[in-house]
Amino acid sequence: MKITVVGAGPSGLYFALLMKRNDPSHEITVLERNPPDATYGWGVVFSEDTLAELRDADYPTYLAFDEALVRWSAIDVRYRDRTLRSFGHGFSAIARPKLLSILQERARDLGVDLRFGVEVADVNELDGDLIVGADGVRSVVRAASEKQFATTWEGLGSRYVWYGTDLVFDVFTFIFRQTKYGLFQVHGYPIDGQRSTFIVETTEQTWRNAGLDRMTEQESLAFCADLFADHLGEHRLLSNASVWRTFDTIRNRSWSTGKTVIMGDAAHTAHFSIGSGTKLAIEDAVALAKAFAAHPENLPAAFAEYELERQGAVERFQEAATDSARYFEQVSRYLDFEPEQFEFNLLTRSGRITYADLELRDPAVVNRIDRLVGAAPQRIVTQPSGMTPLQIGDLTVPNRVVLAPVLADSSDEGTPGADVRAALVEAAEAGAGLVMAGPVAVSAHGRITSGSPGLWTAAHAGEWQAVVAAVRAAGSAAALRLTHSGRRGSTRPRTRGVDRPLGRGGWTTLAPSAIPYAPWMPAPAAAEEQHFRDVAEDFAATASFAAQSGAAALVIDCSDGYLLASFLSPLSNQRMDGYGGSLENRLRYPLEILDAVRGAWPADRPVGVRLVADDRHRGGLTPDDAVEIARRMAAAGAAFFDVAAGLTVGTDAGAGDYRRLYQVQLADRIRNEAGVPVIAGGRITTLDEINTVVAAGRADLCVLDPRRYR
Amino acid sequence: MRIGIGLPTSTPGATGHGLLDWARRADEGPFSSLGVVDRMVYDSYDPLVALAAAAGVTTRLTLCTMIAISPIRRTAVLAKQAASVDAISGGRLVLGVSIGARRDDYEAAGAQYAGRGAQLSRQLAELRDIWDDEQVGPRPSSSGGPVLLVGGGSGASFQRAARHADGYVHGGGPPRAFASAADKARAAWVEAGRPGEPTLWGQSYFSLTGGGAGDAYMRDYYAFTGGFVERIAAGLLTTPEAIREQIRGYADAGCEELVLLPATSDPAELDALADVVA
Ligand SMILES: Cc1cc2nc3c(=O)[nH]c(=O)nc-3n(C[C@H](O)[C@H](O)[C@H](O)COP(=O)(O)OP(=O)(O)OC[C@H]3O[C@@H](n4cnc5c(N)ncnc54)[C@H](O)[C@@H]3O)c2cc1C
Repeated sequence: MKITVVGAGPSGLYFALLMKRNDPSHEITVLERNPPDATYGWGVVFSEDTLAELRDADYPTYLAFDEALVRWSAIDVRYRDRTLRSFGHGFSAIARPKLLSILQERARDLGVDLRFGVEVADVNELDGDLIVGADGVRSVVRAASEKQFATTWEGLGSRYVWYGTDLVFDVFTFIFRQTKYGLFQVHGYPIDGQRSTFIVETTEQTWRNAGLDRMTEQESLAFCADLFADHLGEHRLLSNASVWRTFDTIRNRSWSTGKTVIMGDAAHTAHFSIGSGTKLAIEDAVALAKAFAAHPENLPAAFAEYELERQGAVERFQEAATDSARYFEQVSRYLDFEPEQFEFNLLTRSGRITYADLELRDPAVVNRIDRLVGAAPQRIVTQPSGMTPLQIGDLTVPNRVVLAPVLADSSDEGTPGADVRAALVEAAEAGAGLVMAGPVAVSAHGRITSGSPGLWTAAHAGEWQAVVAAVRAAGSAAALRLTHSGRRGSTRPRTRGVDRPLGRGGWTTLAPSAIPYAPWMPAPAAAEEQHFRDVAEDFAATASFAAQSGAAALVIDCSDGYLLASFLSPLSNQRMDGYGGSLENRLRYPLEILDAVRGAWPADRPVGVRLVADDRHRGGLTPDDAVEIARRMAAAGAAFFDVAAGLTVGTDAGAGDYRRLYQVQLADRIRNEAGVPVIAGGRITTLDEINTVVAAGRADLCVLDPRRYR
Repeated sequence: MRIGIGLPTSTPGATGHGLLDWARRADEGPFSSLGVVDRMVYDSYDPLVALAAAAGVTTRLTLCTMIAISPIRRTAVLAKQAASVDAISGGRLVLGVSIGARRDDYEAAGAQYAGRGAQLSRQLAELRDIWDDEQVGPRPSSSGGPVLLVGGGSGASFQRAARHADGYVHGGGPPRAFASAADKARAAWVEAGRPGEPTLWGQSYFSLTGGGAGDAYMRDYYAFTGGFVERIAAGLLTTPEAIREQIRGYADAGCEELVLLPATSDPAELDALADVVA
């Protein structure tokens, strides 16, 4: 084949040399605009896994890398006045110019035609049976077929500048420095015996506060050198045409069209904070060369195999990298954390490393966080973070696992059915720290279906007392989630679907405004004064019945589109009076309910709120609103928050993405911005995930979906 | 995990007689279901009509649409047809629905393409009502009507399945892709407050006897996906080992029923698959 590769970066060179090695009859030309010895950038990092792949793919280049690599196995976190070191991470780095010269040499030896100083302007003028776009972030090859590739760009928030220094870090080093402008952080790592990479990053806001937007390259360099003078000592910060940038995540739905294929940064970028751009670029080259070995001369088949092999893996990396980037964007919310927790949170930021992974890498890291979370500073024999008790006021929850089984619609006039009781006792016996029972209706009209369990008579209280006693006997704390279904009430049992109106035998539902939950549902009545009083009394009465039943905690339901959530959301609350309009007004009724419940519930037992923290819907309640709501509710006596999202309206808008831990970021935000204890839910399916979330300070309790263990 | 087989309603050379014969032999084979796909602008049979015919020559097989493009059909007509197939077959229908993937299917049917997702959700809510309603017969054989499955890969699809259906039907791919979708379907199910678990179905194309015909069909049927056609065609299972591996992978991922769709109309495909599955 006659192959033209645009770009002599890591991916282009590696692909060219593999193809030539596999079949010397290929005529391969690599076109590169820069001279062969251009020194763009400092160093790149490889993991042990990547090195193993490089060894398997081409041994001679691996040997040359091996000689030039700097290796380390630790990560330092310099935070406040401490440095925390963790081991077992297994990384290595190489100076980019060195990496490129090794690849150039090998490619040349094999007979690849390398042409430097050639800038490709018009892709149509290239000839060859195969055109490879390995021309980086601003790929001209990609740009020429952007429609076919369906390219998207997503800007990430922070500013960064890529410096070098003649200080040789001994390991990968993160430095966090709080200033009067805001927080700056450094990602630093050695690249050879003389120098290190030194990336400085900060938020857009802090960058402007510090006046960096108006500084020249030299002024910026001086600013940063000054900022980190105590870390640099007598060493210098070095610029290599280093300017402040923002990062764009590039994605392409397709990576090939006709006889053209793209790879490396041209096809995808992943935020540098998980250091994987070069790794991904080289892996692309390996996969494409392999695909051609399997399907010689057959472009469509080779492209299909290449994309099948790579796209999924790259997507997962991009997700992890985006999570990591977001972490750094928001890291100032964690500045109250103790150093041990700050470190653990940092190490687990991308979701790719968990508590269990760290336990294998360096048991001491895990031990120090378990001691902190378990409030047992002297101990070495510790419990995993997720198994430590949590104190909420006077309530001790024995561990961080919440089980909240979905209750069947089998109750009779509110009296919980035998299977409701069985499900809750089973959850307690499974070992949950907290068993969340609900929704429990506060009145007959507050039920979701005619089979919903409720608590509005003394007889109900007797039944719940038995359930609560059984849960407690099994060692768990029992919380009752008190719900008024609002405009989602009066529906049929949920075995075949939710939100199916009862029709005959149903009741008129209640909401802030007379807007139906879904187009196929009847309009609710807009709440009037009498309703406000009645429902508040219902909540108060249920709270005192709940107190009699012995429940350890109450949760007021402001989620899932039920009555109180529908007051909070502008999508469902369009009142013109004091209960609608501003956030303060929309909060008024939920706060009145909180007050009524607090008044009827023992002061030494906590009341929490299950809060919709994001409608996931345009014009709806946002996470920013939710932080404010949580602050105000906490001030009014809410002791903890069960963080939920979506279901505010019955139509499709507002769906989640349902990926692993999809609700944890939201819980994290409420916890660490509003400063309140939170329960996180949303596809948490292992105890390792719970240990990780709790140890990292993203949530205090986690709702486990226990299916994997059954 | 149960294994089903597709009825070749969209592959070249599918004759009426051939379909009935295929259905009859599938009923005698080691399969638990018979699945059909749906496309308007293509040389293919209507899924519900094909299943009605199959119902007449089978006694045992579950009859499943994987999927029917629901929004191109009027809801009440679809409800009545589905209830009829269900009644004729003695309650063997599983109705998988989705928005499909092509605009021209909507245009040819005179249905609105914009807002098709919302329309599907509304239809799902209404289908049950019609089946429960005394006025539009026939009465489906179980209360609430046939098993409803929803397909699609977006968050909205998973939510739709969780809110309105009995489960999720996956559009095909390696076991890893199915497993990821299944986890999402379960997460949406829990979020929606549904008791129990979603029913999870998968599908894969196979061709054991057709030579290059299977590949040619895949390329033609999926030509509209542009750059993706190659990747879809690469997923065609052409050896007994590949089929066994797929079955294992899907079973491990928690699939309840994997329907293997033939990529040719060659009657020998059915026997060859029966040998692998048995
Ligand atoms: C701050 C920062 C830190 C990073 N840290 C790491 C790290 O630690 N580890 C890691 O693995 N990765 C890291 N990366 C990512 C890494 O630099 C890239 O992902 C990687 O170099 C991509 O390789 P490539 O071959 O796809 O493209 P590139 O390396 O970008 O190479 C493209 C080549 O094409 C040439 N070219 C472009 N256009 C034309 C044209 N029109 N005509 C001719 N030639 C052209 C360019 O001159 C260039 O030589 C980092 C990136 C940034 C921004």
